[in-house]
Amino acid sequence: MSRFTLIALVAFLPLSSPAADSSQPSQVAMIDQMIEQGWENFEIKPAAVAEDEQWCRRAFLDIIGRIPTGAELEEFLEGSRHDRRRELVERLLHDDRYTEEYAGHWATTWTNILIGRSGGNDRRSMISRDGMQKYLRDSFARNKPYDTIVRELVTATGSTKPGTENFNGAVNFLVDKVNEEKAVLATSSTSRIFLGQQVQCTQCHNHPFNQWKQQMFWEFNSFFRQTRSLRRFVDGTRDIDHAELIDQDFAGEANQADDALIFYELRNGLTKVAYPVFTDGTEIPKSGFVSDVNRREELARLMLDSEYLDKMVVNRMWSMFMGYGFTKPVDDLGPHNPASHPELLEELGKAFRGSSYDLKQLITWITLSRPYGLAPVLGSANEIDDPSIGEMPKFSRFYLRQMSAEQLYQSMLTATDAASSGSYEEQEQERRRWLSQFVVAFGTDEGDEATTFNGSIPQALMLFNGDLTKKATDSGRGTYIDRLASSGKSPVDRLNYLFMNGLARRPSVNEKKVASALLRSRGGDEKEMLQDMWWAILNSNEFIMQH
Amino acid sequence: MTMNWQTPAGMTRRHFMQHLAGSSAAVTASMTMGNAIYANAEELKKNHKSAILLWMGGGPATIDIWDLKPGAATGGPFRPISTSGDLQICEHMPMVAQQMHNLSVVRSMSTREADHNRGRYYMHTGYVPNPNIEHPSYGSVIAHETLEQRPELEIPPFVSIGGASAGPGFLGMAWAPFSVTSNGRIRNLEMKLEDSRLRERMYALEMIETGFAKRTRDVPAYEHAKVLKKTFDLMTSSQMEAFRVEKEPEEVKERYGTDGFGQGCLLARRLVEAGVPFVEVDLGGWDNHNGIHTILKDNKLPQLDRAMSALVEDLEQRELLKDTVVIWMGEFGRTPRINQNAGRDHFARAWSCVVGGGDLKGGLAVGATNSDGTAVDTEPFSSEDLMTTVCKGLGISTEKTFTSKNGRPMKIAGGGKIISELV
Repeated sequence: MSRFTLIALVAFLPLSSPAADSSQPSQVAMIDQMIEQGWENFEIKPAAVAEDEQWCRRAFLDIIGRIPTGAELEEFLEGSRHDRRRELVERLLHDDRYTEEYAGHWATTWTNILIGRSGGNDRRSMISRDGMQKYLRDSFARNKPYDTIVRELVTATGSTKPGTENFNGAVNFLVDKVNEEKAVLATSSTSRIFLGQQVQCTQCHNHPFNQWKQQMFWEFNSFFRQTRSLRRFVDGTRDIDHAELIDQDFAGEANQADDALIFYELRNGLTKVAYPVFTDGTEIPKSGFVSDVNRREELARLMLDSEYLDKMVVNRMWSMFMGYGFTKPVDDLGPHNPASHPELLEELGKAFRGSSYDLKQLITWITLSRPYGLAPVLGSANEIDDPSIGEMPKFSRFYLRQMSAEQLYQSMLTATDAASSGSYEEQEQERRRWLSQFVVAFGTDEGDEATTFNGSIPQALMLFNGDLTKKATDSGRGTYIDRLASSGKSPVDRLNYLFMNGLARRPSVNEKKVASALLRSRGGDEKEMLQDMWWAILNSNEFIMQH
Repeated sequence: MTMNWQTPAGMTRRHFMQHLAGSSAAVTASMTMGNAIYANAEELKKNHKSAILLWMGGGPATIDIWDLKPGAATGGPFRPISTSGDLQICEHMPMVAQQMHNLSVVRSMSTREADHNRGRYYMHTGYVPNPNIEHPSYGSVIAHETLEQRPELEIPPFVSIGGASAGPGFLGMAWAPFSVTSNGRIRNLEMKLEDSRLRERMYALEMIETGFAKRTRDVPAYEHAKVLKKTFDLMTSSQMEAFRVEKEPEEVKERYGTDGFGQGCLLARRLVEAGVPFVEVDLGGWDNHNGIHTILKDNKLPQLDRAMSALVEDLEQRELLKDTVVIWMGEFGRTPRINQNAGRDHFARAWSCVVGGGDLKGGLAVGATNSDGTAVDTEPFSSEDLMTTVCKGLGISTEKTFTSKNGRPMKIAGGGKIISELV
């Protein structure tokens, strides 16, 4: 930078602010200020700033769902020291070469939120997982505003499966949830996922400790009662080919469509009546005729007006990047569940609405904030900041967390430069098969599920011995190890590369010693040593953790 | 942090170690440590008791199975039958009826959690869910309390078959359930690598782990080391034979039932026989909001009857029952009122669990509900009480207190009271 431009730049800056902040959006300063206030209040000192390499790996994982390649890490380090972080975020969000990966990562993440990890895997399910992902991929690739996505998911009609007539992938969110048991699942999922309101208990009784009453559950439920899923079978069989989600006139349970009410039972057996009323008490006309009032359209309109929509999504996005949300669980914003930083939650929600729900802006604010850039170190000055033991998070360090199974899969492919073979569909099938090994169901009607990709033994076995690791450490012709072995100047060079590639850092003295011991143990066969070290890297906590 | 790999034998290792001479002392020290921790094991009082939890995911209608109300408006169509114990149960459980001298029904369970996730958590841990702390589940607690008395055990002490169970909470991932499918097949068990080379890879891995843990000083980094150690043990252990349920004779497999739950129960017996202190077998599909009695009669109860009776009978014949507590429960019961869809909904206020084996008495009905099953008439029992009683039945001290990560003392099983009729 020439002297002249430096002076010119400084002239435009407020004196107190460091030069690096010149291009920061004001929302970043707001986050920093409110988080720092929390540190002050609790008299703690934050961890140091994370190493650039570590931060680069972190941002890749969080924004596009995989670790950087060696070349990408170099590209990052070539940027100006003051601005390389901002440049990287900009690149990951806006450079065409990352559009597909960005969209794929967020589509996968939201598919798991909307239909669970097992949605569409069961033969009886009407969901087309492909359809759901296609809709989301397209939406994220175009950076569709968040409120538009929500409206489309809540009001969608059409067919589930790509390639069929009237295809609209957004229907897959509700298609399995509206038919069974009077759309109970549609009610609880929609309110929980988009508004952070947990209502599942109030289906049968008033909630003992939140403000939701049984009446409100069935009023919210009434919005979904014009909606039906229709199965379309493979010709001449009873196998479901796909399904269609439609709105149709609802006569109500008293069979009077211009006053379409529903009944529900209190615990004492008394029957009560409900009409569509939004959670804030707003009523809509009682007609069940779609031409008079489309109940899901009305619901979407009311949801989009609600401040809970804003708070819920910023809380969710914050938790995805920071490891913890402002509330725990992240999708419960009820008054019984106080937030760690209520003011920031509210202001960030407003700012997000102010950006016209631009998810890429929200990601920029969070990733460029000070708390996101801290080292993952628990020290004596911030010892109390440990949410894993139940403390409210203070974001004074980056919290270690495990990658998701999806992130690990993509990272393993990246780390080994696995030339993708086969069509998108074939690769996707392979990925899905691999992911399905970690899903376990709880056997309830609500489709509750858990993952064994949680740091336990099955996961360790997979990383020790699984096909993915076998492929990654293979040393046959043209493989990653093979190519690595014939590159660079010296074994040390190649070892450096291996560590940079897997862990975004150089090997320590001890690690180099182990490598040379391995080399001798392998009778001087460097390829075998690289295989062993690569196996160790891929199995290390440092590889599998987001840090 | 140390991983304590079993001391490998042979030239290769010594050769390898020589090359490492000169690297940091911490590393060499941890490598030379064997399993000295187990040296005094013989002196410890041995407790070879185990527990098998039959988990009924979804919340079974205990009013239709263990505590029938014939003649009441809420009673449903099923009739009670006599059993080998001092109580009656459902007519669609004829084989279990012949085992009831071994099992007791606690008919006065009264809990407050009627949501699946909350109920599952509460019944598995003895604590209501709390966003600030995760409590350890039955399996983790029992494994934790009995493992040091089983130095010979190389396979995981807490196995969950065919379902998700509940986690280790603040005890850490090393006490997490080892989840397998009911056929006992374990993915990715074999590495097909020379033993010496595997061990050397483990050393390299340990080096990376140690560095990372030192730099971050955070808990997950340390937990991982323990999991790696258990994984390594399991890969190299001949005890893994216990998982090979397919080796059982055909007639035994058929006695248990060839469905997932039947084979899961058979696998549970094999694991208990091999010394595993806690096994959970899951049978889902009890969330019957619609058409409940058809589902129970045609599907769920015959399946349960066959497998559960086979398990108890088999344990007794092998003289394992006196050392094995069997627990049958779900997250809650179901409403006495039959709803408009001929189903029953979630109901926690009055329901039943079943226990037997170990030091617990069989053949009893403990407590009672009122005439239509809507309330408990006798002293109510909670998840804490049941879990405490199970611990007692396993010879585990009910005075034990854990310290959670934030330093808070936590009584085992939520500090419940022992159900005196059962001991």
